[in-house]
Amino acid sequence: MLSIQNLKVAIEGKVILKSISLEVRPGEIHAIMGPNGSGKSTLAAVLAGRSYPQILEGTVTWFGRNLLEIPPEERSREGIFLGFQYPIEIPGVSMVNFMKTAVNEHRKYKGLEPLSASDFLKLMREKKELVEIDSKLANRSVNEGFSGGEKKKNEIFQMAMLEPKLAILDETDSGLDIDALRIVANGVNKLKRPDNSVIVITHYQRLLDYIIPDFVHVLYDGRIVKSAGKELALELEEKGYEWIKKEVNNQA
Amino acid sequence: MAKEQDKILNDVASGEYKYGFYTDIETEKIPRGLSEDIIKLISSKKGEPDWLLEFRLKAFRHWQTMKMPRWANLKIPEINYQDIVYYAAPKQRKTAESIDDIDPELKKTFDKLGIPLEEQKHLTGVAVDAVMDSVSVKTTFKETLAEAGVIFCSFSEAVREYPELVKRYMGSVVPYTDNFFAALNSAVFSDGSFCYIPKGVRCPMELSTYFRINASNTGQFERTLLVADEESYVSYLEGCTAPMRDENQLHAAVVEIIAENNAEVKYSTVQNWYPGDKEGKGGIFNFVTKRGLCRGENSKISWTQVETGSAITWKYPSCILRGDNSVGEFYSVAVTNHYQQADTGTKMIHIGKNTRSTIVSKGISAGFGQNSYRGLVKVLKKAANARNFSQCDSLLLGDKCGAHTFPYIEVDNPTAIVEHEATTSKIGEDQIFYCNQRGISREDAVGLIVNGYAREVLNKLPMEFAVEAQKLLQISLEGSVG
Repeated sequence: MLSIQNLKVAIEGKVILKSISLEVRPGEIHAIMGPNGSGKSTLAAVLAGRSYPQILEGTVTWFGRNLLEIPPEERSREGIFLGFQYPIEIPGVSMVNFMKTAVNEHRKYKGLEPLSASDFLKLMREKKELVEIDSKLANRSVNEGFSGGEKKKNEIFQMAMLEPKLAILDETDSGLDIDALRIVANGVNKLKRPDNSVIVITHYQRLLDYIIPDFVHVLYDGRIVKSAGKELALELEEKGYEWIKKEVNNQA
Repeated sequence: MAKEQDKILNDVASGEYKYGFYTDIETEKIPRGLSEDIIKLISSKKGEPDWLLEFRLKAFRHWQTMKMPRWANLKIPEINYQDIVYYAAPKQRKTAESIDDIDPELKKTFDKLGIPLEEQKHLTGVAVDAVMDSVSVKTTFKETLAEAGVIFCSFSEAVREYPELVKRYMGSVVPYTDNFFAALNSAVFSDGSFCYIPKGVRCPMELSTYFRINASNTGQFERTLLVADEESYVSYLEGCTAPMRDENQLHAAVVEIIAENNAEVKYSTVQNWYPGDKEGKGGIFNFVTKRGLCRGENSKISWTQVETGSAITWKYPSCILRGDNSVGEFYSVAVTNHYQQADTGTKMIHIGKNTRSTIVSKGISAGFGQNSYRGLVKVLKKAANARNFSQCDSLLLGDKCGAHTFPYIEVDNPTAIVEHEATTSKIGEDQIFYCNQRGISREDAVGLIVNGYAREVLNKLPMEFAVEAQKLLQISLEGSVG
C-alpha cells in the first residue's frame, strides 16, 4: 500500500533523509527506531504532508498514487493517520465538534451521509472505552489542559474514530508512564485488523513489548541501516545504538 | 447539522457578501444636504409634534459647533455632510396594518435576508421590527406582545402613541450634546425601535430589529430606546445589512437602554453592514453611540456584539452602573478583514456601591484589517467594592493586519478591584496542520479555530443567532489564510 523509494529530504537546506526505501503491505506492523536526530520524525512529517520538508529525490506512492501530490487533508481521508509526538492544543474547539467535523469529512470523501448526532455520540462512547479515556474529555477543548498521558491517549482515540488504513505513531510512547503506555498499546492492538498497517516510530524498545512488530528498521544518519524481525529491537535495547553507529561508520 | 455544514462550505467557497443585492423599489427621497429646513422637512414628513422638532433643532445647532472626533485609531476620509440624503423611504401605503398592505418587493427583500415579515413563517418566539432606510416597514407579533403589556413598535409610532414615555426617556442616557455623531443623529434620526417592558414582566419572546440600508447616497440614522421597568426582563437583538456599492454610506445610530430596579436587559448585535470590497472600496461607516443606564438597584445590562461588517466601525456600547449592586457586561467579537478598520470597546462607569462589570473582547484581524480595542473602566468615589474584570484578546491572521489595545482605568475608590488581562496570538500553522491531518481542509480549520477563539462570546448570543454568527465569522474571513 505504501512504497517509499530512495527518498531524499532536506529541511531548511540541510539534508535530513539521505536515501530511504520502505515497503509497507496491508496488515504489517513496522517499527522504525533510531537515535535522536536520525530523521524519524522528518519521515513522519513527509508522509503526513507537512509543507516544510523539501523533497529532493525519490518517490512515495500510496496504492499506486503519487502520495507527495496529495494535500494533507486528503491523505487523512485516504486513510493515513499521524499520531503526533506533540499533540496540538486548539482552545475553544470541543473534542466533539472537532471529531464530528473530521469524521464527517471522511464520510463525505467516501460518499457517505454524515452521521446523525446520536449515532456520532454512540460511536464516540464506544471508542472512548477502547482507550479508557475520561468521558468528560468530549466536552473539553482539543488537547487544552490535557496531561501528557491524556494527550497521547487522545491521539489513539482519534485514530479509533477515523479507522485509518495506515497509522503512523510518532514517538507515542515518549513521556508516558507504564500504565498509560499499556493503555495506549492496548488501544493500538485492539484496533489492529488484518488489512490495516502501523508504523511505530520510537526511540525505546519498551513500547514494542506491547505492540509486536513484524519488522524493525534502524534509521541512522538519514538512512535505514538495518532491517530485521522483532528480535532486532531487543538487541538494540541491550546494546544501545552505539554498535550500529560503529558498524555503519566502519562500512563507510 | 450536516446540511448546515455543506451550506457553510458553499458559502465559504462562493465567499461573497451575501446581502449585497439592491431592491429596485420606488423610493421617496428628500434633497441632499443638511440644514434647519431639511430637519423641518423630515419632521413634517413624519408628522411630528413640536417638542420633537425643537429637540432636533437644538441638537442640530449644537452639532454645528462640534468637530468630528479624531482620537480613534482610524483613518476616516473626509465626509461631506451636505452630500448625504437624510431621509429615504420605500413608497408604500401609510401604515401596514396587515401583511397584504406591504409592497411584495419589500416582502421579498426581507425574505431574502432571512427575515420573513409573515408571523407564521417566522422563527417562533422572535418578534421583529423591520427597518428599511429611514422607515419601519413592519413590526411582527405586536398583538402577542401587547397581551403581556409589552410595547414594541417603531420609534415613529412610539412618538405618536406613547409621547410621554418617549419624552421622559429619550436623550436621558445619550444627550444630544454627548458627541458629534449622537448630535447628528438627534437632529436627523428617522426611525428605529421603541420598546417598553412594564413592571414585573418577563418579555415572552425575543425582540429584534433588522436594519437594512437600500437606497444609494443615503445615510441611516436610527434611534433605539429600550426601557425595562422594575423586575422586568427582555432579550433584544439587532441585525443589519446593506447593498454592495462603491460609495461609502454613513450609519450613525443611537441606542439608549434604561434598566430600573431588578430589571435585566440583554442586548445583542450581529453587525454585518457591507464591509467594502477586497481593495477597500465602498462599505458602511458605522459610527454608533450605545449606552445603557442601570438606574435601579440590582439591575443588569449585558451587551453582546458580533461585528463582522462595515468599512469603519466606531462604537463603544457602555454601561452606567448607577444603582447599587448593578451589573454591566460587554462581550464582543470584532473581525476586520481586507481593509476594514474597527475601533470598538466599552465604558463601564461604576457609580453605585457593589457594582460589578465584566468585559470580554475578542478581536480578529486578517488581511490589511486594523482592529483596536478601546475601553474605559471608571470607578467613582462612592462606588465602594466595585469589581471589574477585563479580558482583551487579539488574534492575528497573517502579517499585514494589526491589533491594538487601549485600556483606560480610572479608580477613585480604594476598595475597588479592577483586573485586566490581554493576550495576542496568531493562528499557528501547527494548529491548521493538526486539523488537516484529521481530514479537515484549511478553510474549515480556520473556521473551527476562529469560532473556538470566539466561543466565550458566541455562547452569550441567543441560540438562533449563534449559528448565524458562527457562519458569518467563517465567511468574513474567507480567503484570509494561505
